[in-house]
Amino acid sequence: MPEREYLAGEFFLSGDDACAEGAISAGCRFFAGYPITPATEIAERMSERLPEVGGNYIQMEDELGSMAAVLGASWAGTKAMTATSGPGFSLMMENIGLGIMTETPCVVVNIQRGGPSTGLPTLTGQGDMMQARWGSHGPYSIIALSPSSPQELYDLTIRAFNLSEKYRLPVLVMSEAATGHMYEKVVIPPSGEIELLARRKPTVPPEAYLPFAPDTDLVPPMANAGEGYRLHVTGLTHDERGYPAMTVEAQDRLVRRLVDKIERNKADIIALEEDGTGDAEVVICSYGVSARVSQIAVERARGEGIRVGLLRLITVWPFPDDRVRELARQVKAFVVPEINYGQIALEVERCACGLAKVVLVPHMGGRVHAPELILEAVRQAAR
Amino acid sequence: MKKHPLDDYLRVARMPHIWCPGCGLGLVVNCFLRGLLRSQLNLDKVVIVSGIGCTGRAAGYINLDSFHTTHGRAVPFATGLKVANPELEVVVISGDGDLVAIGGNHLIHAARRNTDLTVLCVNNFVYGMTGGQMGPTTPLTARTTTSRGGSVDRPFNIPHLAAASGAAYVARWTTAHVRRLEKAVTEALLKKGFSLVEIVSPCPTYYGRMNKQVTGLDQMKYFRDNSVIKSGIDPKGVGIEVNGPIVVGKFIDRG
Repeated sequence: MPEREYLAGEFFLSGDDACAEGAISAGCRFFAGYPITPATEIAERMSERLPEVGGNYIQMEDELGSMAAVLGASWAGTKAMTATSGPGFSLMMENIGLGIMTETPCVVVNIQRGGPSTGLPTLTGQGDMMQARWGSHGPYSIIALSPSSPQELYDLTIRAFNLSEKYRLPVLVMSEAATGHMYEKVVIPPSGEIELLARRKPTVPPEAYLPFAPDTDLVPPMANAGEGYRLHVTGLTHDERGYPAMTVEAQDRLVRRLVDKIERNKADIIALEEDGTGDAEVVICSYGVSARVSQIAVERARGEGIRVGLLRLITVWPFPDDRVRELARQVKAFVVPEINYGQIALEVERCACGLAKVVLVPHMGGRVHAPELILEAVRQAAR
Repeated sequence: MKKHPLDDYLRVARMPHIWCPGCGLGLVVNCFLRGLLRSQLNLDKVVIVSGIGCTGRAAGYINLDSFHTTHGRAVPFATGLKVANPELEVVVISGDGDLVAIGGNHLIHAARRNTDLTVLCVNNFVYGMTGGQMGPTTPLTARTTTSRGGSVDRPFNIPHLAAASGAAYVARWTTAHVRRLEKAVTEALLKKGFSLVEIVSPCPTYYGRMNKQVTGLDQMKYFRDNSVIKSGIDPKGVGIEVNGPIVVGKFIDRG
């Protein structure tokens, strides 16, 4: 075993570096990428670490190619990932769609920066949250996780790999420059203590194998290329053999399953963190670095006697509809701080169904919110 | 019904295929399979990757591990397969529009890296699947559905592009050169490094019909009568002009 195969212990790491270590701990052995601020450090660390653990780093000509290579590597039987930021994320949408359609496990990390377009390359943003949900064409469901610290970039990168292998799709880690470039203590547990999920393999011989026939959880077992199964995998609408099927019925069957395998397993996928929501009259609903800033506002508001809670979305997609609906019956208002002009706030509004007010605290990007902004919104909402 | 000798390597359940009468893609698949069998490679380790277009459908008819990916991205997808598992013998079969226009950047970079891939680039001079529009290889002045008055853009010379980008093996044959094409497939498969075989192929439905070669047979006769074998020459000069000679041969075979 190479000396640096697995790092366990306490480290002072940036979020980007922690993300790379999370990938290594998760068993990721392939990274294809293209340099982009503020995600480059992930590629740099992977280029150094992967050869130490018997993996491969390849620098592609663009993000279109990076995403395609990640899918190819996954079908070769390797846990594979890429990392990027807004402009590259836009280019990856094409093959994220192919990953959804062909049910290819892999992880895509987006260290968000200010946008649109080239925007603020070195400064933070959370403007890609809806793109994460809907950015590739056609109807589908996605899984996206939102870490609030370097430690969580480590932890959630591992979880992203587990979810991608379990549900067979690209899983998105939606972080932002503020967290990716933040240095903090990161604890890497001993290797045996991390739960890792492996790809479910077919249990039948090749001649009896239907590559897209699902198990009861709607996820089909997956054979890799080179294992003798003679797979056909296509981005066209296909039947359970994987063969193109250009019919309304095949489309209905496939698309429903691709969506339902996520929606029906929400209880397993969704992770939330709640603080003081039990008797809250106002709940701040936030994610990523914005949830962290919100914590300061929560403490100050409580000091002023306001019953305020924090609902932190660790899983952003699929959206926790049920919990937000429940809270909407209890609270006067939701306050939603995010570094964009209102994206997740729209989801909260949808689920609140007019039962509670939804107050967006937008920030156009480049910096995190001043806690006072959020505090003031909480005060107004509590009135 | 009598079995075709290559039925074992085809997904017969998917026949009839979608290709038009007179199309050259049947010949391409035939030559590929014969060249593959001659290479003696372990077929469980051979993977076919296609992009989008008429040629892109080849992956779906060949009974090997096969991936029909997105438009232009067959080469980087294949790169991921090969890098992650070097035991795989990864073959890209796709069209000129897919590989040289929308996927052109990936093609030259894979050649630059000299990634151990085999690329069969089927060139019919147009975008067939969408109805015969001009593409990156349409000869100057050739008529297509988006160049009714004749194409005004200079085409790519594919062997020159691949060779200049660093490919280890570069050849061009037409569908009228089945034995030589079959041999080139074997050589390309066994070549360590990036191999590209351009296969000039008829599209009577669109290209032929609009350029005075109305049937597939007309195009095949044109290939037969106008091809000049010049193996070993610098591919710089092998660009194709409308209804002009087609220089074929093995141009690059680096040790």
